[in-house]
Amino acid sequence: MRWAEAGTITIVLAALFGLALWAAAGPLAGLVSVAVTVALGVTSTWFLRRRFRAWRYQERHEDLIVARGVMVQRLSVVPYGRMQFVEVTAGPIERLFQLSTVKLHTAAAASDARIPGLEHAEAARLRDRLTELGESMAAGM
Amino acid sequence: MTDTSPAPPSPDEGWSRLHPLTPIARVGRLAPALVLLLVVSNVHSKAENGTAETDYLIAITLISAVYGYVHWMVTRWRLEGDTLRIETGLIRKDSRRLPLGRIQAVDIVRPFLARLLGVSELRIRLAGSGSTDGKLAYLSDAQAAELRLVLLAGHITTEAAVSSNTGLPMASVDTGRLLASVFLSLVTIIVIGTVAVLAVLDQFEPKTAAAVAGVLAVYLLSAAGVIWRRLSGQYAFIAVEAPEGVRIRRGLLQTISETVPYGRIQAVRQVEPLLWRPFGWCRLEVDVAGATSRNQRGEGTSVVRKAILPVGSQQDSWHLLARLLGAPDPERTAPPGRARLKAPLSFHFLSAGHDALHAVCVTGRINRATTWVPLEKTQSIRRVQGPLQRPLGLATVHVDVAGKRARAEFRDREIEEADRLVAELTVLSRSARQRDRTLPTAAGSDAAPSGWYPDPAGRHERRYWHEGRWTEHVANGGRRTSDASTPAP
Repeated sequence: MRWAEAGTITIVLAALFGLALWAAAGPLAGLVSVAVTVALGVTSTWFLRRRFRAWRYQERHEDLIVARGVMVQRLSVVPYGRMQFVEVTAGPIERLFQLSTVKLHTAAAASDARIPGLEHAEAARLRDRLTELGESMAAGM
Repeated sequence: MTDTSPAPPSPDEGWSRLHPLTPIARVGRLAPALVLLLVVSNVHSKAENGTAETDYLIAITLISAVYGYVHWMVTRWRLEGDTLRIETGLIRKDSRRLPLGRIQAVDIVRPFLARLLGVSELRIRLAGSGSTDGKLAYLSDAQAAELRLVLLAGHITTEAAVSSNTGLPMASVDTGRLLASVFLSLVTIIVIGTVAVLAVLDQFEPKTAAAVAGVLAVYLLSAAGVIWRRLSGQYAFIAVEAPEGVRIRRGLLQTISETVPYGRIQAVRQVEPLLWRPFGWCRLEVDVAGATSRNQRGEGTSVVRKAILPVGSQQDSWHLLARLLGAPDPERTAPPGRARLKAPLSFHFLSAGHDALHAVCVTGRINRATTWVPLEKTQSIRRVQGPLQRPLGLATVHVDVAGKRARAEFRDREIEEADRLVAELTVLSRSARQRDRTLPTAAGSDAAPSGWYPDPAGRHERRYWHEGRWTEHVANGGRRTSDASTPAP
């Protein structure tokens, strides 16, 4: 999932740095740089994994709850009636893994209800359900 | 262009023109720029022969006058049933239809020269857009006022529109207090301080002083501009109560009248800057949703922050607040003492509270800001816990309303309290939202249209009302079921 994303980037970066430094400063520097990059990649993957694990959502009767964050823990409660529109996006790497991100927009810029890394089917289901609920409960300003 | 009126009503009938003095008033808008040019050219003319510049100026004035006249010739407007049509443009025709039902606000603006000539500009804003959609510049004062009432009558009752001409004055700001308040603002202090420092520096090191002054000149000028705008913008401020909202009139050179509709208020903020506190003064601001219509989904919602009282006593402010939100005075509590570790400065004023309808919070240290948020406007509720707050067992709860900046913050509360707040506020804002909708059980119940309303029996979330009685159809969380025991209408 997400860490697969980080993993790909790490391997590519490690290879690039390794080759570049190997060419510029000899084999030792190349190996060290590869090791450092891989270590960094592993740590960031670990962070990402924790971040990803902390990301959860719950559909309740009248509102959607999204909780996320490890360092800064956030929990948002967004009533369906306040929803303005639902956005489903899928970046190139997300598409590679058949994933997409669902984002709920309200009139407040600060409401922060984003759910990344959903499988396509689940994202579509969530989108349809949110739209339906939003329409039946829509409240004016 | 025949003056004798033809017998059959032609389609061109009913068109009105703008005021004949329009071209002059339009040129007047260029006046400041022209004067500036004149000054510059005079300075230059000491070195060279300056007649050429003066000729240019005359040419510019003439061209703009001719342009203004042509513009006046080709601009016309008329009311067509429930739309206002404005046509303008000689080369590029521009014809606008403004449906009266969608008119959000009609502002009357009087720039300086226009005021001397007794004409005003009418700016019309429609729902669903933040900017001015239609402009009639200029009409005679009386005509502008009359047309404004006619336009507003399109969507509120005529009676209300007529009576709105006279309203109860709610607050006004006298010139002395406005001057004092602007003088005591941070910008003024900085400007005066800088000038003083420069003056002192000039005594000892004239060269350095001149260099520094040269560098700072731009900033000083723009700061002076800010101060001037504050003064002239809020001059002769008066807020009047009208049926559809609070009407504001203000301005020194340019008079602006605008209306803040009660139903669109997202948040009210009372700010008490450090320097005003000894006098017990404060500023009251409202966040008003400008562009909102149900059909238009998207981020077109613009929320504007407006001063509804530029400077006033606590009493004035409270009086206005009572009118805007119905005197919300929930009990406020301070966060636990250990929050001082996380927010050593702002802890001093930090407090927050809520009742069934409003949330209120106090934040800030230099500028104490008290924010009231009607819970029925809640867009989302968030609990945030940062890395500094976690070891202290604290969390912040935000109540977001529409807009980028407006929100109430329950900052640095106990973690259990924060959790409880999230649950409570969610429920309260839900019920506040439902109360917001009209209940058919109120007066004139039979006339209420068929539709889903909160269940009067309280067993379900909604019940269907049809032809003067409650039906067995109920809904919970968007799912429809039926409950045969229908309550009496």
